[in-house]
Amino acid sequence: MLNAVLAFIYQNLIEAPSYHLYLEAFLALWLFWLIRQRKKAEKKKRLTQEEEQLIINAWQPKPLVDEEVTNMESYDNGGIWGPITGRPGKTVEIDGEKYLNVATHNYLGLLDSQELDDAAEQCIRRYGVGSCGPRGFYGTVDVHIELEEKIARFLNLEETALYSYGFAAVASAIPSYAKAGDIIFADEQVSYPIQRGLAASRSSIIYFKHNSWENLQEELEKQRETDKKNAKKAKTIRRFCVVEGIYTKSGTMCPLKEVTDLCKQYKVRLFVDESISFGVLGRTGRGLTEHLDVDRKDIDFISGSLEHSCASFGGFIVGPSYVVDHQRISGLGYCFSASLPPLLAGSGIKALEIIEQSPEIIQDVQDKCVYMHQTFMNKLTFFRVTSHELSPLKFLSLVGSKVLAYDVIKDLIEQVIIHVKEHHKIALVQPYYLESEHELPLPSIRVSINRLLTYKEIDSIAAAIEDVSNSINLYDSVISNIPTQFEETKADMIKSYEAYLKWKQQNNGITGKEALEQDEVFEPLEIAEDSAPKKIADLHSRN
Amino acid sequence: MKPFDNGCIATNSSRGVATSSAKPTTSVPSSIATKMKIDRSPVKQIAKKPALTNGHVVNHNHNNHVIKPKTKVDLQRVEVKRREQRKRAGESFEECTLWDAFCTYLCYAVLVLVGYVNDLVRPRTATEQNRDGYVPLYASFESFYTRHVYRRVRDCWNMPVGSVPGKYITLLERESKDYGWTFNMTGKKVHCINLGSYNYLGFAENHGTCAEAAIKAVREQGVGTCSPRKELGNAHHLDELDQLVARFVGSEAAITCAMGFATNSMNIPAILNKGCLVLSDEKNHASIILGLRLSRATIRVFKHNNMRSLEKRLREGIVNGQPRTHLPWEKIFIVIEGVYSMEGSVVRLPEILALKRKYGAYVYLDEAHSIGAMGPNGRGVIDYWGCNPKDVDVLMGTFTKSFGSAGGYIAGSKELITLLRRGSHAHAYGTAMSPPVAQQILTSMKMIMGEDGTDEGVKKIRQLARNSRYFRQKLKQAGFIVYGNDDSPVIPVALYMPTKIAYVVREMIKRGVATVGVGFPATPLVEGRTRFCISASHTKEMLDHALGAMCEIGQQITIRCSRLPIRKEEILYDDSENEDVE
Repeated sequence: MLNAVLAFIYQNLIEAPSYHLYLEAFLALWLFWLIRQRKKAEKKKRLTQEEEQLIINAWQPKPLVDEEVTNMESYDNGGIWGPITGRPGKTVEIDGEKYLNVATHNYLGLLDSQELDDAAEQCIRRYGVGSCGPRGFYGTVDVHIELEEKIARFLNLEETALYSYGFAAVASAIPSYAKAGDIIFADEQVSYPIQRGLAASRSSIIYFKHNSWENLQEELEKQRETDKKNAKKAKTIRRFCVVEGIYTKSGTMCPLKEVTDLCKQYKVRLFVDESISFGVLGRTGRGLTEHLDVDRKDIDFISGSLEHSCASFGGFIVGPSYVVDHQRISGLGYCFSASLPPLLAGSGIKALEIIEQSPEIIQDVQDKCVYMHQTFMNKLTFFRVTSHELSPLKFLSLVGSKVLAYDVIKDLIEQVIIHVKEHHKIALVQPYYLESEHELPLPSIRVSINRLLTYKEIDSIAAAIEDVSNSINLYDSVISNIPTQFEETKADMIKSYEAYLKWKQQNNGITGKEALEQDEVFEPLEIAEDSAPKKIADLHSRN
Repeated sequence: MKPFDNGCIATNSSRGVATSSAKPTTSVPSSIATKMKIDRSPVKQIAKKPALTNGHVVNHNHNNHVIKPKTKVDLQRVEVKRREQRKRAGESFEECTLWDAFCTYLCYAVLVLVGYVNDLVRPRTATEQNRDGYVPLYASFESFYTRHVYRRVRDCWNMPVGSVPGKYITLLERESKDYGWTFNMTGKKVHCINLGSYNYLGFAENHGTCAEAAIKAVREQGVGTCSPRKELGNAHHLDELDQLVARFVGSEAAITCAMGFATNSMNIPAILNKGCLVLSDEKNHASIILGLRLSRATIRVFKHNNMRSLEKRLREGIVNGQPRTHLPWEKIFIVIEGVYSMEGSVVRLPEILALKRKYGAYVYLDEAHSIGAMGPNGRGVIDYWGCNPKDVDVLMGTFTKSFGSAGGYIAGSKELITLLRRGSHAHAYGTAMSPPVAQQILTSMKMIMGEDGTDEGVKKIRQLARNSRYFRQKLKQAGFIVYGNDDSPVIPVALYMPTKIAYVVREMIKRGVATVGVGFPATPLVEGRTRFCISASHTKEMLDHALGAMCEIGQQITIRCSRLPIRKEEILYDDSENEDVE
């Protein structure tokens, strides 16, 4: 066989014309030369040992922290308040002074409850403090299972996964379902933990306008158009929609009914974060789904936190078993973190029991939310309430916020908070945001409801803010800080303020300033019916 | 292939065994460090340099007040002896033999095959209700593994506990009537010796000083805080905790966070940015990896505890610069753990610090499992190797393990902590630590430091070291394949097959010992293992009981197949008080 082949080749060689052979020889040489050249070039590209050394020696790292260091202590508690002593309940003790506390998320006032302490003590006497292990490795204590079952029963859903930190719950849950290549539709004002979850998922994220389900529909429609072009790929892309019940950053309420309908229509899975609304909204505190009468079966999971209304610790993901069970093997913050200390689970159970057994406290807190909303609306001249009336967080934004510089607003609000602290002994806080927020909200005062506040105290908070605003001449500071390009707005504001003062004088026969000092002249709802532009806050909302 | 082939090791390749003897090079004072920085030649000798034996005098000012020996001479002798011990302490990782690997793969293959047949004959999959036409929530192979492999051994994990996770633990018995799909509580309780919880120093107690202090904190300060520290959550006890931690680890300042996992995942993004290169150990914990990913820094992985691989990556990184643009990196971080919780290995810190100085990188050290548990004073691996804590740029650790509490800290220079106070996600958005949890840390940490006026803490540290060595040596003598460093309190025993993992865990519980089994996906497919976590609260009798149980099981299934030379002489459990001073 081989012989035959060789003979054939030899035969051909002899018979071939000589120019043919020359050409072939030339081609072979050329090829050889080309390959050699390329290797040489490659060798030239590669750095020699010395050159490498040169680069390494030349490289200078930047300092670990390249910003200047200022006073370390000033970074905590808003830079205004010293460290707390004792229990941060309805009143909080700071530097030996007692302040009325409307800065912490203790909506139901359970932090002052003796029952939670008793539950915690019992748990310490039984289980110690730490759980010393993740859930998988002897960290599942019976109180964890009890709490999980309780939450699931409370919301009438199948299963709960309990996380040891509120932040970690939603931040871990999202990336355990959404992977690279999937699409997430998210409200542009979602809270920071959700943003972290979205970032960790590496899916493509489409933000829609805050609370605008119309915009969401547009985005969904757009996506449907793209899907049509590549139907095969579209079948493998998971779609999610992430919203919050009440938004942590703005206190507004999500139009959940419309969003749910859209998600059903476009076959998008819906995640709702009820960290703020859990235990506050709804007739019995079951959150936004109860308040708006949305079927919880239409939602893939609800996440929540025990760190707000329940005044304990931990976060949870609750939903159908098919969804939540997956958390237990793929939620990073669930699998790889030590479980919640049993004492905190114990007090969480107690808090849930209190909510379950006494729905009247929910009614109470909602009444106070509405009352606080109206009081702020009616009494504050220079602040506008931007949150929903049922929201336990009231965001007070300064008039002219839209035209003022960020730092100016921040400073002015800080002034107000400091003066309220000094003269009225009320603890207010400016919510803190990192610069890496998706949409950095404008600075504002955030007042949280506490069920234990009396109506009189709510009045006094509004009066205190109003009083301080006048005494530090907030109006003048705002007007003088408006940049020149917004002259028109400035003129409008001055005009409306003057009209307001005039109206006040006429109605009461006293000067504007005195009117502001006397709270009784403001009757809730009465002013709202008047047609005159009474306040610059109203003017601002019309703009 | 030798996954654990370290830079300066004598390998016994003919038997497929890689062992390493760690040689600590002592830390260099900063003046020398600056000189060294200039000379960044490719060095192979750094690891081989003979260790400075008198190095123990340096860098120990920060913990002099802790041990209170009778005379000064004792202290020095203790130090010298410990140093000798550390040098002797080796790390071993026997490689899985080809036969074992084949058997393990076969085991998985059979499981998968049975799974497929099962699916064909009697499909039983959880289906979603009213989600018709939706894209499936997770991939089918993901649920296949859960349904057919994990489900069969599911009873070995997530066991409900009904007691304090102390030296003993009470498990609530479950039973499954449908092969692991669902579980029911039988109501029976099983008392076990606890070799599964990370209770290294035995501070998980429901009575005594720590528990009483925690209860007092509940009574005075409540349970919740309802606010991040940045807004109105900062309290006196948290400031005190920050300062105490800084003092404990020997750094300028520290910041604490209410969840250990979040300490990594929520603080790393504040330290790193896009222009940073991160060299991360391949066995790093999930929380570190998540934090690194969120920081958007470029991540390169080096082989576990392998200095040669690390140096290669360092040089490559500096020479090539950033991908595409080739701009020089802003900063280079080496991210490592003190004790690796799945491997039981101890980081080779002196060598890493030498590399750090040579190339100008920064070191991020996660001491989750080592703080409190390693070193003569319980100050973690830095104490163990006798390094200067100021040489490590970012010190991270958790309070879940040795302190029997929850949460974590980051310690470092004042500048770093200020940066974190301003930019840490946990500080700005995470709720501040619960008062009883903080109190538990304060009490236990003061105890370890000897600030409570007793020598309880030092005793615990010694007891833990004694227990760990004894248990590990005994296991090795019995012929088990034990991973990791001789001094580490985490003792993994290789079992390879998933069936063996389940068998060992179940049988050990039957014999009254609670252990942890770890298999795929937490480890590579062929490296399934069981893990013992030693605690200072264990007594010799308890450890002997566990060893007896393990040997009994070892006789039933082939897991005593170590090919390392076995020590003949008897291993003594030294329970004299002053063993170090003798």
